[in-house]
Amino acid sequence: MRLTAGESVASGTSRDVLGRGLRVLGRAIREQPRIFAIAVAGSVLFGLMVIASAYVVGGVVGKVVVPAIARGSVATGTLALAAAALFGISVLRVVGIFGRRLGAGYMQYRLQAAYRRRVTRRYLDLPLAWHHRNATGTLLSNANSDVEAAWYPIAPLPFAVGTLVMLVGAVISLFLTDWALALVGLAVFPALFALNVVYSRRMAPRQARAQRLRAEVSGIAHESFDGALVVKTMGREAQETARFAARAGELRDALISVGKLRGVFDPMLETLPSLGTLAVLVVGAIRLRQGAITVTELVSVAFLFTVLAFPVRAIGWVLAELPRSVAGWDRVRRVLDATGEMPYGEVTLDPATPAPATLAFHDVHFGYEPAEAHLPGTEVLGEVTFTVPAGKTVALVGPTGAGKSTIASLAVRLVDPRTGTVTLDGVDVRDLTAASLAGNVALVAQIPFVFDDTVRANITLDRPGIGDDEVWAALRLAEADGFVAALPDGLDTMVGERGTSLSGGQRQRLTLARALAGRPRLLVLDDATSAVDPRVEAAILAGLRAPADRPSFGPERRPTAQRPNHGHSAAASILVVAYRRATIALADEVIYVEHGRVVARGTHPELLATVPGYADLVTAYEQAEQEREQPRPYDQVTPLTSGLEVEVDR
Amino acid sequence: MSTTVEAERPAEATESTWRTLRRGLALSPELKTGLAGTLGLALVYMIGRVAVPVAVQRGIDHGIVGGLDVDVVALTVVAAAAVLVVTTTCGYLMMRRLFTVSETALAGVRTRAFRHVHDLSMLHQQSERRGSLVSRVTSDVDQITQFLQWGGVILIVNLGQLVVTTAVMLAYSWQLTLVVLCAFAPAVLVIRLLQRRLGVAYGLVRQRMGTLLGTIGESVVGAPVIRAYGIAGRTARRLDTAIEGQRQAQQRAIRISIMGSSVGELAAGLALAGVVVVGVNLGVDRTLSIGQLTAFLFLVTLFIQPVQIATEVLNEAQNAIAGWRRVLDVLDVAPDVADPGRQGRDLPPGPLDIRFAGVTFAYPGGPPVLHDVTLDIPAKSRVAVVGETGSGKTTFAKLLTRLMDPTDGEVLLSGVSLRQVRFDSLRSRVVMVPQDGFLFDATVGENVRFARPELTDAQLTAAFSELGLADWLDGLPAGLDTPVGERGEALSVGERQLVALARAYVADPDLLVLDEATSAVDPATEVRLSRTLDAVTRGRTTLAIAHRLSTAQAADEVIVVDRGRVVQRGPHDELVKDPDSVYALLYASWLEQTR
Repeated sequence: MRLTAGESVASGTSRDVLGRGLRVLGRAIREQPRIFAIAVAGSVLFGLMVIASAYVVGGVVGKVVVPAIARGSVATGTLALAAAALFGISVLRVVGIFGRRLGAGYMQYRLQAAYRRRVTRRYLDLPLAWHHRNATGTLLSNANSDVEAAWYPIAPLPFAVGTLVMLVGAVISLFLTDWALALVGLAVFPALFALNVVYSRRMAPRQARAQRLRAEVSGIAHESFDGALVVKTMGREAQETARFAARAGELRDALISVGKLRGVFDPMLETLPSLGTLAVLVVGAIRLRQGAITVTELVSVAFLFTVLAFPVRAIGWVLAELPRSVAGWDRVRRVLDATGEMPYGEVTLDPATPAPATLAFHDVHFGYEPAEAHLPGTEVLGEVTFTVPAGKTVALVGPTGAGKSTIASLAVRLVDPRTGTVTLDGVDVRDLTAASLAGNVALVAQIPFVFDDTVRANITLDRPGIGDDEVWAALRLAEADGFVAALPDGLDTMVGERGTSLSGGQRQRLTLARALAGRPRLLVLDDATSAVDPRVEAAILAGLRAPADRPSFGPERRPTAQRPNHGHSAAASILVVAYRRATIALADEVIYVEHGRVVARGTHPELLATVPGYADLVTAYEQAEQEREQPRPYDQVTPLTSGLEVEVDR
Repeated sequence: MSTTVEAERPAEATESTWRTLRRGLALSPELKTGLAGTLGLALVYMIGRVAVPVAVQRGIDHGIVGGLDVDVVALTVVAAAAVLVVTTTCGYLMMRRLFTVSETALAGVRTRAFRHVHDLSMLHQQSERRGSLVSRVTSDVDQITQFLQWGGVILIVNLGQLVVTTAVMLAYSWQLTLVVLCAFAPAVLVIRLLQRRLGVAYGLVRQRMGTLLGTIGESVVGAPVIRAYGIAGRTARRLDTAIEGQRQAQQRAIRISIMGSSVGELAAGLALAGVVVVGVNLGVDRTLSIGQLTAFLFLVTLFIQPVQIATEVLNEAQNAIAGWRRVLDVLDVAPDVADPGRQGRDLPPGPLDIRFAGVTFAYPGGPPVLHDVTLDIPAKSRVAVVGETGSGKTTFAKLLTRLMDPTDGEVLLSGVSLRQVRFDSLRSRVVMVPQDGFLFDATVGENVRFARPELTDAQLTAAFSELGLADWLDGLPAGLDTPVGERGEALSVGERQLVALARAYVADPDLLVLDEATSAVDPATEVRLSRTLDAVTRGRTTLAIAHRLSTAQAADEVIVVDRGRVVQRGPHDELVKDPDSVYALLYASWLEQTR
C-alpha cells in the first residue's frame, strides 16, 4: 500500500501545508456556504454565551450572593432572576451547540458524499487503460479514506472560527472591565493559542507516520493471510511473523511517541488557563484594594479563564488535521484531474439490422504504458490484421502470454489501439456511440465477474427488452437454468459479494447467460468456457451459429410481433479464445498468434499441416503420448539445482 | 460486511465487558505492570483540577470578602500554583507510563494473533472469512489502541474528575452537592438511553459503510464489465444510493450525539441555578460562606464535561472492548493441526514412501470426503491422482502435507505418522504446489527464493534453466528482478504457476505434491514442464493431482478416486484396458476434448 501522507508532511514545509490546507478549507466553504454560515452562527452564539455566562456568574456572586449573605436576608425576586439568567444562558448555549455541531456534521457529510460521487464518476468515465495503471487498493482508498481525510477538519472548523470570535470578544470585554486583568488575558490567551499551534505542528508528522505504519501493517497482514497456503506449505510462519512483528514494533514505537507528546502537551494545555485564573486572583485582589474593580468583575474574569480553556482546543484540532487533509485532497485531486477519457462517437449501427456483424482488425498495434516510469513500455500486439466475417466463428489460438486477451479487449473496445483500426460492419468502433457498441457486441471474460445483486439483475443489468422469458432462455442456452431453478429464490436469489455463494463454473455460466441475453451480433469469448463441459460449449456455439434450428432457445420466447427481429437476433459472429481441440474444431477459421503477431490463419487442418508452432500447441498431448511409448530419453538422474540445462525441445 | 455486523451481535452479547477485560488482562499480564503507580499518578493529576476552585474559595473567604488581604490571596495562589506544577508533572508521567505499557502489550497481542492465524489449520483459515482474519490483527487492535490514546485517557481523567469534584463539593456542603446530583440525575438517565440509541446508530453507519465499500469495490474491480455492457448509468445509480444511505446514517448518528451533549448542558444550567438559589439561602443561614458558594459554581462546570463526553467515550469504549473480544476469540481457537514441536520426530533421511492407513476424512458437519482409504506408494515413484471434480482427490494432497488431519486413520511417511513429525522437518521435506500459485508483491526472484533466502541469483537462474523455463525468464522485462505486482497480477495466470513451481523446485523437497499446479498454462508448455519435472525429480517421490490426463499418462502409477474411494490403481495402459472402468470413461472424455 502506498501512502504518501507522511512523505508529503516531511517534504512540504509546514507553512506550505498550512497555506494549502486553508485553501482546501476555503473550497469547502465555497461549496457549502449556507450550511457553513449556520454552523458558524451557532458557534459564535455559543462563544458569546460562554463569555456571557462568566459575567452572569460574576454578577450573581457580586450583586446577589454577597449582598444577600451580608444582609442576612434573601431578595426572592433578584434570586429568581439570577437563577433564570443562569438557566437561560444554558438554553442559548444548547441552541448554539445544535447549530454548530449539526451544521459542521452535515457540512462534512455532504462534502464527503459529493466528492465520493465525483470520484466514482471519474472511475466510470476514465478508460480501462487508466484503471490498469492504478492498483485496486489505491482506487478504493481514493474514494473512501482519502475523501474522508480531505474533509476531516470540517468537523471542528466552525467551532474554531467561533472560538476566534470568542477570543476577540473576551479580550474586548476584559479591556472594558479592567486594563490590568486584560493584560493577564493578553499573556494567557496567546500563550494558549501558541501552545496549541506548536502541539498540532509537532503532532501532525507523528500521526502521519503512525497512519502510514498502520497501513503497512495492514498490507503485510492482507498479503500474508492471502498467501497463507504458501506460507504454511513452505513452513515460513516464523519468518512471516518476524516480518509482521518488525513493522508492528515500528507502529508501537510511533504510537508511543504520539502518546508521549500528548503526555507533555495535554496537561500543560489544562494547567495554563488554571494558572491564568490564579493570576487573576492575585492581580484582582490588588486592583480590588486599589478600588479599580468590584468583586463582581473579579469573579467574572476568573470564571472566564476557566470556561475559555476548552474551546481554544478546537483551533488545535483543525490545525492538527490540515496535513492529513492536504494529503487526502491531493490524492482525490489526482483522480478528478485525470484525463484520457475514451470518448464515444456519434455513429449508430442500425439496431434493426438483424444479421450478425463483421469484425475487422486492420494493422492494429497495442502496448501497455509502463506501470512505473523506469520500466519500459512494452508492445503487446503488432500488425494484427484479420476479419471475423458475418455469422462465422473464428478461434484465436496461441501460447500463454501471446496477446489473445488483448485482442478480445480491442474487439469490444475496452481499450483502443495505438495505431490501426478495429471496425464493426466497416465502422471504426471509436466512431460508435456507447449504446450502439454495448448493444452490438458482448465479451465474456476469462475471470467471471458478478455483482452483489440478484441473479436476474446480474443477467439483465437493467438493459431494456430483457424480460424473465429472455433471462430463462439465456440461462437455458448457457446450461445455467438447472442450478438457478434450484436456488432458494430462483432469479431473485442474491448472489453475494463477487458471487461468493456460487461455484466458479456457475459464475462463468451466469456471465455467459448475461452476454447471450443481450443478443449481441458479435460475441467474444475469452477462454470463457473452460469450466463448462465441452458438450455444452458446442451446444452454445451451435445455437448461436444456426438461428433457424435452435431447439433450446425457442419455446418460451415472445411472439414475433413483439420482437420483430427475434428470429435472427440471436445469431452472432463469434471470436473465441481457446485451447481445447473440441472448441477449435467448431471454428470456421483459426487465427494463430505468437508474441503479439498473427503468425498464421486458415482452417484447423491447414494450420496443423503447415504451422509447426500451432501443431505443437494443439497436439501437445498426443505427442506426449506417442513419445511415452518410445523408450524414455532420459534415464539418468539429474541432480536438483545442479545448473545443468535439461534439453527439452528435441 | 453486513452479514458480519449481524453475525457479531449475538456473540457480543454473550460475554460481559468485565469478563472480556479479565480475559484480556490474563492474556497480557504486562498490562498490569505498574498499574497501581499509574493510577496513583492519575489520582494526583486529578487533584490539579480542583486546585483552582479551592484557591478561589480560600482567596475569597480569607483574603477578599472578609477583609481584603492581598498577602493571603498571594500565598493561596502560590500554593495552588505549586500544586499545579506537581499535578501536571504527574499527568505527564501517568500518560507516558500508560501509553508505553499499553502499546507494548497490544503490539504483543497483535503479533501473537498474527502468528496464531498462521498456525490455525487451513480449514479454519477458509471457514473464517479471510478479510475478517485480517481485521483481527489490524482494525480490531487499532480500535483498542486508538481508544486508549483518546477515549481511554479521557475516561480515566473524567471519572477521576467526577470523583475528586464530588469529594470537594461534599466537603463544602452536602446540601448543595445533593442539588447538583439531583440536577444531573435525569440527564444521566436520558444519556444512558441515548447512548443505547447511539450504539445502534453507529452500527448502522458501519453497516452502510460496508455496503458503500462493497459498491465502490464493484465499480473498480468490475470496470471491464461496466464498460463492455455500457452500464455506467446503472452503476452510478447504485453508487449514489450507497453514498446517500451512508450519509443519512451518519446524520442520524450525529443528531443523537448532539442530543446527549445538549442534555448535559441543560443539566449544568439547572445545577448552576439550583446552587445559587439553595446556596444563597444556606449563606443567609451562615452554613455556607461566599467563597464556598463561588467555588461551587466553578465545580459545577467541572461536572459538565465528564457527563457530556460520557456518551461518546462510552460508545468508543464498547467498540474497543468488542474489538478486543474478537482478537481474544481468535487466540482462543486451538489450532487443530498442531506442531508436535520438541516431542516430535524428524522424517528419516532419503526418499520418502507414503502410506495411508484406513484414512477417512470429513469436513466438520459434512459427509465423509474420503472413506477408509488404505494405500501404499513406494519411494521414488511418480503417482498421479485422478477423478471427477468433487471426487476427493485434492483431499489427498491436503492430508499428505498435513494441512488437515484425517478424521480417522493415519498418514505415514517412511513409517512415521505425520502427527508426530515436527513441522520444521515436514515443511522442509514435503512441499506442495497449489493450484492458485499465490505470489507476494515482490520480484520474481524474491518469490522463488521464498523458502530459501540464501540462494543466489545465479542459482535461481540455473533452476529456471533446469525446468526448461530459461526462455520465459529471458523474455521478462527485467528477468529475475521483474516485479510481479499485487498477488502476482502483473503476470498471467499461467506465468504465476510457473513461478510457483520454480519456488517449490528450489525448496528441494523429497516429496513433491502438485495440486493441479499447471492447470492454466498452455498445453505445449505443460507437456514440456511435466517432462522436465520428470527428469529433475528422479529419485524423489512425486504425487500429482491431475486435471489433465496427460499427467496421468506419464506417471508410473495412476490412482483413480471416485466418490471418496480409490476405485482403480495401476499404470495408464493397464487401466484403459477395462472399457467400463471409471478411468476409461475419464480418458474418453479427455480424448473428446483434446482430439
